Amino acid sequence: MSGTHEREDMRSQLDEASERRVHHSVPGHSDDGPLHHHTPLHASEEPYPEDVLAQLVADGEQVIARYPQKRSALLPLLHLVQSVDGYVTGRGVRLCAELLDLTTAEVSGVATFYTQYKRHPNGEYTVGVCTNTLCAVMGGDQIFDEVSEHLGIGHDETTEDGRITLERVECNAACDYAPVVMVNWEFFDDQTPESTKELTDRLRAGEPVTPTRGPSRVCTFKQVSRVLAGFPDGLADEGPGAGTASLRGTLLAKEKGWTAPRPDSGTDTEATPEGQAGGRAQGQYGSVDADANEPDEVPTSEGVKDVDETKGDER
Amino acid sequence: MSTQLTPILSEFWDAERSWTLETYEQHDGYRALRTALAGDAADLVAAAKESGLRGRGGAGFPTGMKWGFLPPPDGGPRYLVVNADESEPGTCKDTPLMMAAPQFLIEGMIITSFAIDCHHAFIYVRGEIVHVYRRLMRAVEEAYAAGYLGKDILGSGFDLDITVHAGAGAYICGEETALLDSLEGRRGQPRLKPPFPAVAGLYARPTVVNNVESIASVPSIVMHGADWFAGMGTEKSQGYGLFSLSGHVERPGQYEAPLGITLRELLEMAGGMRGGKKLKFWTPGGSSTPIFTDAHLDVPLDFESVAAEGSMLGTRALQIFDETVSVVRAVSRWTDFYAHESCGKCTPCREGTFWLKQILERLEAGRGRPGDIEKLDDICDNILGRSFCALGDGATSPITSAIQYFREEFEEAMHTPWQETFPAGRNTLFAKESQPA
Repeated sequence: MSGTHEREDMRSQLDEASERRVHHSVPGHSDDGPLHHHTPLHASEEPYPEDVLAQLVADGEQVIARYPQKRSALLPLLHLVQSVDGYVTGRGVRLCAELLDLTTAEVSGVATFYTQYKRHPNGEYTVGVCTNTLCAVMGGDQIFDEVSEHLGIGHDETTEDGRITLERVECNAACDYAPVVMVNWEFFDDQTPESTKELTDRLRAGEPVTPTRGPSRVCTFKQVSRVLAGFPDGLADEGPGAGTASLRGTLLAKEKGWTAPRPDSGTDTEATPEGQAGGRAQGQYGSVDADANEPDEVPTSEGVKDVDETKGDER
Repeated sequence: MSTQLTPILSEFWDAERSWTLETYEQHDGYRALRTALAGDAADLVAAAKESGLRGRGGAGFPTGMKWGFLPPPDGGPRYLVVNADESEPGTCKDTPLMMAAPQFLIEGMIITSFAIDCHHAFIYVRGEIVHVYRRLMRAVEEAYAAGYLGKDILGSGFDLDITVHAGAGAYICGEETALLDSLEGRRGQPRLKPPFPAVAGLYARPTVVNNVESIASVPSIVMHGADWFAGMGTEKSQGYGLFSLSGHVERPGQYEAPLGITLRELLEMAGGMRGGKKLKFWTPGGSSTPIFTDAHLDVPLDFESVAAEGSMLGTRALQIFDETVSVVRAVSRWTDFYAHESCGKCTPCREGTFWLKQILERLEAGRGRPGDIEKLDDICDNILGRSFCALGDGATSPITSAIQYFREEFEEAMHTPWQETFPAGRNTLFAKESQPA
């Protein structure tokens, strides 16, 4: 169909344009250095082998079944494509489009929006050094520079042996462990340039590495992509519940004998509103809105408006 | 020290296999659900309102009121979506909570779904924390096996399914309408409001979007009562919350305390500033909240007091920077982040963040041009309140507040690179071992 071809052509042009923009938007990226060769999304034209395709379709149908509307399955399906191809390939895009009744342009538009979807073959391990402000100040900048020199690659580039793709990552919600390094999205806390370089050496040598807070070993990029598609790998019960920093408040409170206040009697049902037959315990708290306490209140837009006014909250 | 910690969500994070259903049940887990299912849904909405619980994801909107905004049931589906896309720089509270004790969230979701008549709830967790995603999937699996999820939960006749959904790396998806678009399988770009999600959210159906910590707090309110919850904290900022200390403190970490605690108190608990250095600046609630200085050590960390001082409580993400840090460098890096994460939908944010980035880059290099500081302020003024969502507003916060408190450093950046005054690496985590202080 000529319409389809036109869409394809337009898509590849848009892809190129957006690739250029993505490159310019990367923090700290130098345009002087050698650019990573970006394989366009439609690079992989050869069809999936039959058995692989059958498995992908079966898995895809499981993913689709999780959602009331099937387009919601697109993000997990793109993770699924990466679990087989190692990046978002053209054939992967077409498969998603077919499974979800979308155009390939619609799928590509989504695939190019999110940074976890790779547009060229990814290394077996993504080593992401957080260089957002706090981690950068705590040593993330130095770690990135030294590891980059050690590996001879820059941001979004892959070592020649295909083992490691190096990235600067944004804040990964582990600031109390700064500076943080993520390997395939597992936490390596409180890193130093030395510890990270050693980590990359081990990864390149094919030795197992253990995250600070995570399973007993780091899985490959493809394996982790399958987890992100919503297929558990049985490793949830491995690793600690909490790291050192996460526990500081918990342990300090224990040491000092601090606990949260308990309701008077200690028998919880007495104090809960639900325990009061036919009515509610009146709040002692000054700003509690009395109208909202009516046991038969059903939320309606009118009732809510009243609450809004009496509460006096702006937002 | 007057304020004490109140470990509730963090009470048993040190337990062996703290994340399992078994451990959770040993700590009163799922008692609240039984109470809730035996009662009336409307009572739960009322209790949430009465408790004074306000959204723990940053904006502080009253949680019970958000539930109450849903129109009356019309027979069609209604959804609960939990925002677990924790990505605001400095914010690191939901991640340890979901890793150490995910059942708080699951029980809270079941109670909330019962309260709002929802039968399919979602957790949208960022894709870059894969072990948390594993723990959440496992928690849901355990809850199904125990009869807390699925059909006819605990014989109540109430049905609920939970889907855990992994994002794919986009800060903007923490914005609730962008999150909904993303969950629908689209690019994560914010929607025009109104209609608000309560009226037309996921699949254009009535939807409640709440933060992880908000929903995780619900079981404690149901179990101990709204008054118990409201008895903690301050007059208008009730209850407790996780305060996350990071950066140049001796013992960074999670400290669960009543709202209204001060940084001075928290710093004392955390062993003070690292190496006894002087506090220079800090964020009360992530990088999108205007910075504070050592003049704000005694500001009660509640919604009203922080706002009265010109910032926002946000996510209680206290990033602490000492005197060795260049404020120009810090702000410039945050600006890189906003430019990188701007979704491109609206012009002020898409263009403005890139202009800001360019100016800050030359200031970092000590090559500022006359008028640059005024230009930064002017561009911020044209982004703030004019962008589609709060990302643009947040991008201006560090810049305008840093200029307000440290203008002289920006003036110095006209001719001196920041490294000359604030050599990098002087107070990294490993400064002692790898280079002279």
